[in-house]
Amino acid sequence: MRLKLHIWRQKNANDGGSFATYARDDVSPDMSFLEMLDVLNEELIESGEEPVAFDHDCREGICGSCGVMINGSAHGPESGTATCQLHMRKFRDGDEIRVEPFRSRAFPILKDLVVDRSPFDEIIGAGGYISVNTGSAPEANLIPVPRDDAERAMDAAECIGCGACVAQCPNGAAQLFTSAKISHLAELPQGRPERFARATKMVEVMESYFGSCTNFAECEAVCPKGISIDFIAQMNREYLRSRFK
Amino acid sequence: MKLDGKVPAGPVAEKWTRHKFDLKLVNPANKRKFSIIVVGSGLAGASAAASLGELGYHVDCFCYQDSARRAHSIAAQGGINAAKNYQNDGDSVWRLFYDTVKGGDFRSREANVHRLAEVSVNIIDQCVAQGVPFAREYGGGLANRSFGGAQVSRTFYARGQTGQQLQLSAYQALSRQVAAGTVRMHAKTEMLDLVVEDGRARGIVTRDLADGTMASWSADAVVLATGGYANVFFLSTNAKGCNATAIWRAHRRGALFANPCYTQIHPTCIPQHGDYQSKLTLMSESLRNDGRIWVPKAGGDSRSPDQIPEAERDYYLERRYPAFGNLVPRDIASRAAKTVCDEGYGVGHGARGVYLDFADAIARLGKDAVAAKYGNLFEMYERITGEDPYAVPMRIYPAPHYTMGGLWVDYHLMSTIPGLFVIGEANFSDHGANRLGASALMQGLADGYFVLPYTIGDYLAPRMGEEPLPTDHQAFREVEGEVTDRLDRLLSVQGKRTVDSLHRELGKVCEDECGMSRDRKGLEAAIAKIQALREEYWRNVRVPGAAADLNQSLEKAGRVADYFELAELMCRDALDREESCGTHFREEYQTEEGEARRNDEDYKYVAAWEWTGAGDTPRLHKEELDFENVPPSQRSYK
Repeated sequence: MRLKLHIWRQKNANDGGSFATYARDDVSPDMSFLEMLDVLNEELIESGEEPVAFDHDCREGICGSCGVMINGSAHGPESGTATCQLHMRKFRDGDEIRVEPFRSRAFPILKDLVVDRSPFDEIIGAGGYISVNTGSAPEANLIPVPRDDAERAMDAAECIGCGACVAQCPNGAAQLFTSAKISHLAELPQGRPERFARATKMVEVMESYFGSCTNFAECEAVCPKGISIDFIAQMNREYLRSRFK
Repeated sequence: MKLDGKVPAGPVAEKWTRHKFDLKLVNPANKRKFSIIVVGSGLAGASAAASLGELGYHVDCFCYQDSARRAHSIAAQGGINAAKNYQNDGDSVWRLFYDTVKGGDFRSREANVHRLAEVSVNIIDQCVAQGVPFAREYGGGLANRSFGGAQVSRTFYARGQTGQQLQLSAYQALSRQVAAGTVRMHAKTEMLDLVVEDGRARGIVTRDLADGTMASWSADAVVLATGGYANVFFLSTNAKGCNATAIWRAHRRGALFANPCYTQIHPTCIPQHGDYQSKLTLMSESLRNDGRIWVPKAGGDSRSPDQIPEAERDYYLERRYPAFGNLVPRDIASRAAKTVCDEGYGVGHGARGVYLDFADAIARLGKDAVAAKYGNLFEMYERITGEDPYAVPMRIYPAPHYTMGGLWVDYHLMSTIPGLFVIGEANFSDHGANRLGASALMQGLADGYFVLPYTIGDYLAPRMGEEPLPTDHQAFREVEGEVTDRLDRLLSVQGKRTVDSLHRELGKVCEDECGMSRDRKGLEAAIAKIQALREEYWRNVRVPGAAADLNQSLEKAGRVADYFELAELMCRDALDREESCGTHFREEYQTEEGEARRNDEDYKYVAAWEWTGAGDTPRLHKEELDFENVPPSQRSYK
């Protein structure tokens, strides 16, 4: 396959940055998108240039490290697929591809396609857990959990924290990410004692970094794990109920 | 050096209980006077950092990823074992202990394994309390599945993402402590060396991966939870960033490295499909519960699998191992796949693949039931290969996945450097020569939640009142200087070859000569090749950019430099061990049926290697293993 890549290059957080164009003429359709970038980087290094920096780790679509905007779409054209699992057979010979970092005011660019997503850790730190110290847990089967509740909790818990939801949202909102954790824990009996305090604190931290949700639902469309925006409604209910406690 | 495993006396089932009483305690008010460094934030590291923080210690936790949540434990799929016996099928702590010792082919320490089996039940309790959404039965109780190497159903799971859910629950417990101020989290920060003074671990030197800043950190104890070294093979199921630098640097500072040749090649991975390939993807071993493995009876049969009639298929695992069939342990399944491919029966790219067929399961259970169990795995397979596994059989081939070897530790999980503890995959302790499925998650969390928090107190208690070494001490200065020099050296070579191209070549040597089967001639040749490649590396590598910057090429370069040294030790260990056991299969030592022939007379020991300097032959120390409870026998899965 022959492709023309326009890739965002930016030396560091203070640099303005711009697109650089790279022509590729031997891309295999069986390559993953990141392997295609690997091959480009090998050539850049050999020709004395700096390779394109991008975040990646497991390359199995589960760690949430990777993620770039591909032709304006977070993680690219294949639905339910993180960048690392996207393969070049989803593109056509002769395509031009624009590759950019996940842009958001809350995710400053560190270099090229690498951004700082640490506000997500702060949101979890604000209450995205169940307060149980090691050793103080009761026997696991003591509290039955209806199968449907466990399944719904798991639907929410599948979030990989990649930040695609924020990058795609016109408002740069982090509702999908935050609501996934709030809903996961609220669905389980173990998480209910803290549910209202959790919703209050997590939403506060979320709002201090991110924009507001106005129901575009772009986040759901690009989420590599298919997290449903129903969870945003659930979060809003949790949050509102916490206001009336 | 006399290796003392410090295994407590008494019957194996009572050792841990009694020993916990004998361990010295740090009183609650004094815990805040101690500081502990934890390197790594996977299941072992995050659970340890969280638990130590809860106890009141001052903890600094480091990870190279941009968030603690992303450590590679997150990629484990199948499940976690625990001896709960919820299925009423005859499981017990003793049986889990027995299965694990046997599965490890009698090369692990009985006392450690028994402790692991004991605390396995607490792990499930803890994780459920933390909100892990494990699979449930309709009655609301926890569900189980079976896994390779066991004849009971004791594996707990959360769809095909058990590792993710356990990792996130440990990360959340850690985040709670970060918010509480007991743990300081340092993401995107890589440990590049260990500081040892007066024979004790005193701290570490790190590099901030976002801007290249070097820093020294001092503490009363250092815990390494940095995972395994399967990336020495270049192509493995590990994350691209997984590395052995922390344990290798500790090894060079005096920590013995145990059993480096025990490396697990996982049987069910998606085969390689091109030379540009960057990693291999694992498909959960749970697929073997319902998938049947076969190859065409005729070598080079190029018909599509659905055109090959039943009579012309060889279900070789069911044929060779009728009792366990497709559920034999990993080492046996992997080697059998390699054998049929070596004999010319392989399928797919380069004829390095075997079929994993779900047609029978779909006919028996229905497509929906199969989708409910394995849907996400099937989707992943289709995304990567472009083939629909509901319609055509999957093709699989073994891939490097896990390393049982690691830094030698005693019963307290302390290395041969006092004050340096090693937990999870980074140590060698519980899996012997082969790890059974669903037991890596178990070990990581056992060490972090339920073992280290007890044993580390025994080291710290007598040191009450001692001050940690200040980071401007000469010992820190010297190590910082060495680390900086090393980075500068890598940047200054400015040769012609990239880090990846040399790493790929190293990986090929390791895979060919020190992979699923080994022999003397190949290993000797491999050592020579590795030495030559290492020499080329330091003469001809090209690392662009600067040290004081975000520089992913430099990160890789340092890690690969360490792999060159580790790879050689791995081959030396494989050469020294003149027997076949578990994953270590020496061609010279096999039975007439081609099974591993163990030699308990001469090799019933842990091989712990001492670093003697660059270019020098490492020194071997032996820890003899005693099997008082599970008498060594020839493993049989027929």
